[in-house]
Amino acid sequence: MASDSDGEEDFVTYGTPLEPLEEGEPLRKPIPIQDQMVKDEKGRFKRFHGAFTGGFSAGYFNTVGSKEGWAPSTFVSSRQQKAEKQMVRPEDFMDEEDLGEHGIAPREITTTDDFASGRRDQVRDKARAITALTAPIPGDTVLEDLVAPARTSVGVELLRKMGWKEGQGVGPRVKRKPAKQKNDAGLRGYGCALPPNGSEESEEEEDEYVPENVTFAPKDVMPIDFTPKDDLHGLGYRGLNPQQALVGGSGAGHFDLFTLDSDRASSLLGDSGPKNRRRGGVAGQAFGVGALEEEDDDIYHRDALSNYDTVLGGEEPGDGLFGWTAPQQYRNKKKAPSKDAAYLGKILEGFTLAANPVDNKTIFPPPVLPRDYRPVHYFRPVVDLSTVSPQVAQALQASAGHLSQDSQPQGRHQLDSSQRRELLGESSLQGPSSVFDLLDSKDKERLEGLRKAAQERKPEGSSEDRRVAMVAAGVAAAGAAAAASRASSQHALSSRFQPAGAEQALSAWSSPTAHSAETFKPFDKTPHKQARYDLYISKLKQGDKDALEASLDPGMTEWERGREQDEFVRAAMLYKPSSSSLNSRFTRAKHEDDGSTVEVPRDQEGDADDKQAAVKMKMFGKLTRDTFEWHPDTLLCKRFNIPNPYPGSGLVGLPKVKRDKFSVFNFLTMTDGGGGGGGGAAAPVGGPAQGPRGPAAPHGAPKPAEPAKRSRWDVSAQASEAKDPLSEFLSEARCLASSTPQEQGSQEGGAPAPDTAAESKAEPQQEEEEEEEETRPPMDLFKAIFASSSDEKSSSSSEGESEDEQEEAPPWPGPHPGPTRSESRPSGEWVLWRPSPGPERGRGGVWAQTAASIIPLGTAAFLLSPSIQGGKTQEEMQREAQGQEGAQTQEGEKAQEEAQEAQAQGKAEEEEGGGGLRQQFRCDSGSDSDDGPGALSTEELLKRLKTLGGKKVL
Amino acid sequence: MALPQPKLQAPQLPQHLLRTLDCKQGAVRAVRFNADGNYLLSCGSDKTLRLWSVSRGTLLKTYSGHGYEVLDADGSYDNSQLCSCSSDKTVILWDVATGQVTRKLRGHAGKVNCVQFNEEATVMLSGSIDGTVRCWDTRSRRPEPIQILDEASDGVSSIKVSEHELLTGSVDGKVRRYDLRMGQLHVDFVSSPITCVCFSQDGQCSLSSSLDSTVRLLDKSTGELLGEYTGHKNTGYKLDCCLSNKDTHVVSCSEDGHVYYWDLVEGSLSLKLSVGKAVVQSLSFHPTEPRLLTAMEGRVQVWGAEPEDTQEEAAI
Repeated sequence: MASDSDGEEDFVTYGTPLEPLEEGEPLRKPIPIQDQMVKDEKGRFKRFHGAFTGGFSAGYFNTVGSKEGWAPSTFVSSRQQKAEKQMVRPEDFMDEEDLGEHGIAPREITTTDDFASGRRDQVRDKARAITALTAPIPGDTVLEDLVAPARTSVGVELLRKMGWKEGQGVGPRVKRKPAKQKNDAGLRGYGCALPPNGSEESEEEEDEYVPENVTFAPKDVMPIDFTPKDDLHGLGYRGLNPQQALVGGSGAGHFDLFTLDSDRASSLLGDSGPKNRRRGGVAGQAFGVGALEEEDDDIYHRDALSNYDTVLGGEEPGDGLFGWTAPQQYRNKKKAPSKDAAYLGKILEGFTLAANPVDNKTIFPPPVLPRDYRPVHYFRPVVDLSTVSPQVAQALQASAGHLSQDSQPQGRHQLDSSQRRELLGESSLQGPSSVFDLLDSKDKERLEGLRKAAQERKPEGSSEDRRVAMVAAGVAAAGAAAAASRASSQHALSSRFQPAGAEQALSAWSSPTAHSAETFKPFDKTPHKQARYDLYISKLKQGDKDALEASLDPGMTEWERGREQDEFVRAAMLYKPSSSSLNSRFTRAKHEDDGSTVEVPRDQEGDADDKQAAVKMKMFGKLTRDTFEWHPDTLLCKRFNIPNPYPGSGLVGLPKVKRDKFSVFNFLTMTDGGGGGGGGAAAPVGGPAQGPRGPAAPHGAPKPAEPAKRSRWDVSAQASEAKDPLSEFLSEARCLASSTPQEQGSQEGGAPAPDTAAESKAEPQQEEEEEEEETRPPMDLFKAIFASSSDEKSSSSSEGESEDEQEEAPPWPGPHPGPTRSESRPSGEWVLWRPSPGPERGRGGVWAQTAASIIPLGTAAFLLSPSIQGGKTQEEMQREAQGQEGAQTQEGEKAQEEAQEAQAQGKAEEEEGGGGLRQQFRCDSGSDSDDGPGALSTEELLKRLKTLGGKKVL
Repeated sequence: MALPQPKLQAPQLPQHLLRTLDCKQGAVRAVRFNADGNYLLSCGSDKTLRLWSVSRGTLLKTYSGHGYEVLDADGSYDNSQLCSCSSDKTVILWDVATGQVTRKLRGHAGKVNCVQFNEEATVMLSGSIDGTVRCWDTRSRRPEPIQILDEASDGVSSIKVSEHELLTGSVDGKVRRYDLRMGQLHVDFVSSPITCVCFSQDGQCSLSSSLDSTVRLLDKSTGELLGEYTGHKNTGYKLDCCLSNKDTHVVSCSEDGHVYYWDLVEGSLSLKLSVGKAVVQSLSFHPTEPRLLTAMEGRVQVWGAEPEDTQEEAAI
């Protein structure tokens, strides 16, 4: 079987495979033939004819570019309209490509013959001569050569006028070093225009006895042979030269096939040497010696390696190459100026030889900036005389001698915005123009007083006096302010049940700067509420002090009204007209910004730190588990053969909610979330005694105002310092523990309210039932305290899945009808792994320490204005609880569960008794409980709880 | 009349080496039994997936088509299809008999760590390093997944499917259980990156191994810790763990070249089976018999409770 996998790979495939089908994509329709159009480069449609469509039609669209195609235009000529004589040029029959760069008739700018270099012409002439020689009739072109017009290019003419001769360079004559010259000449035949061999040799010979005063023309510039390489030979190889091969031009008797181009050129040009006497016949190395040869040349010439270069570019180009390749320095450059004088060559008319060579321009560096230079210009202050005291003005004048009188027109940079506005004819800005407008009327008065006081002293002159006056005025103002604040605080006391913010809101909104046009609509979603809010705001603007009461719906319950009152005040405070001139500079967005909401998972995961710590302590279970609602896809359910748990819900995955990115109202309206899970537990704690009330509220006990202002965000910094896994119940326990000293403190604080205690004692009785449902301690607390091996089973069985969802308020651990788990598992085994309560107690101290800084965010409520239930002490609560328990014992025997219930009832009572306070401590435990003098350790707490209600159980 | 209960035999642990398969496909990244335990799949780092017969130790087929090393594979209940996932970010559904690629599913943004069929092989679930689990439909030709579970905040390292639940373990240290029937997601925090998760045979517990060299047995419904098994070494590799066929023992790979067996209830180490010198990369327990596959380097070893010959005799 192993072989068949290999065998499949032996297929041979022909042709191009079809494109793999994209899965899920419908089959593509083939493109109909009429849509398969081909376009040429100009976007015109091309149609295939002939072989493609079976017919030939040269129509308008295709080939000829005329509608009639190839049909010849008929010749029409009349007397009125003479037929134009049609000049047909070759281009008319050419394709566009032919006129392109690489076509047969390129239309581009080229050098015409007139401006072609003479040298090139010469080469060509020679070549022509050579071809003429090799032509069937030798000397065919001789006549042409003779009568050829003298055509030299402009450049050559110019050069000639400057004294250039062929073979001689331009410039002053030079003296040559004989050795170098020899060397050069020996190596290569440069200076192609010179008579090839003869003159060089003669020069060499001359060099030996050259007189001192004989000078030579400088070497001519070697023209580069730019003939393109159009053969397939190797680089530097040339084929048999017909001139040499047939005519036998070479004296050496063999052809060096590898020579430089220049050599080739020279050989081409090296005409009419005395040696070119052989005519006819093929001679040379490759051909042996013919019958016509006179002498036996060494036809078997062996090429020596020494003829070849072994080094790439090793040899320096000789002097002969200067002028075109070399950035080389001329050796005798320094002497040149002196020789210039000797140069009497023909200079172009109208030109003279420069006496001095042009010097290089020397460039001087810019000056160095001083080290402490800063490229900033300081303007002298412009001071208006009218605004400054005469002393200052004098001083300024003395120091700078410059004090603007400032009525003259200023530059545009000195105009301020209002002046510019006037110049531009813009309308002035709305809203207050000065900060002074924004001040409170009281502050204004105070400032006015200050200024008056200062002005009164002003005429008297001396600065000391003025200072004294200022101080006095300040003191007076301060006193006034203190008095005012005292008054306002009294006022605040008197209207204590009006939320403190209401005053501020009133002042903010009733101030003249309050801009009435657009305000924030915080309760947009509930139109009624928004309407009430608008009413409230409008009344505020009118300065109505009872705005709050008047605008609320009388049909609502007390409690609802209380809450709404508070919300309104807060909203009004938060969105009070932004009282600055900035307000008028901004405009409201025309469209709702969609980006202001973000989708967040509805259920938040628990705190990671808590879990981490729980894992460390191996307390898996509730602390490490989060349960979310999760919506599987319908199709997934179908494939799994499972009914959709949420039929009809279009949702997939975790449910998400849209939430404002940064909105305070997330938290403001939290309490009316109801079932939302967050605030439901804490909101109604206070019962009738809570919430902002009118003056008729039954409990007059002054409350500690400070903690009431705290929100849960206040403590976040401390909360982040240390976290504990068991924050849930430990912080709760902590609150309980620390509530005692706090309450004692409050009692000592001089606000004893014995009657309220009694009252609150009475009230809870009625509310016990609701209370239990709403604020119930997490079960872990009880587990930790009362768990024993005996109730292990029941507790484990009660922790069904249903409970996991409601960590906030788990149902009371009453007896469940039966274990929800499958029976297959022996329950006794699992006890082994369950953390026993023992070690927990042992670590209680540590926990208590860390728990002090815990704020259970999930349970903390946004306390608006908690008031106290009463100054109930721990002892009272204990007594109460015990009394109740006693009653229960009198009732008779109860099951263990019932006892537990009773004990929890005691707890609930206690909780309820200190309800308001506890809530506060939940929020503040981070800050307050640490310094509480009698902070209880967990052990103590446990003890206490045991004495409270656990007697029967333990 | 009641027959006397047969005496409970002490559970046998696979500790005798029956066979060693030299896979010749580079390092073996994972080894898996098929649904009935007669065949095994080895995922090689040479981009191939191979099917072997466990009893004879012969290579039956090579499946090549992945673009990079194969990381995990699974066989359907009816042995007609295989699925595999690879570092090339794809999941491939294979036809067993022909060896052809039935579907090649692209969509993951990173290498795909684990893949699993559901019970009826109608859905493939693949977990990737990109932190998502994708549910691919095998019935339709849709190239997109049915659903993407992107709750994990780090790569998904392991996935298991039961009748109506998905269990995923991810590197963010969380074991997630998606309960399709209840429509709930349970997240258990284990803190250390999870390398492998699996259900117990009775479906009541979940086993998870993590990089703190600990295997934990968690109660599925409450998330409580039922057992913790340590002693092995698992700090860097993605090692497998599993439960024995009768849920009596917890088995885990180790980086010290051993396979560790712990008694599930007592948590004590029952056996430390030496496999070799290198890391035991992967293991798979036979669904019904005490038989174990281990993968180390390029070899797959088959372990049985009794030596080879006696087993054969028993079979005859």
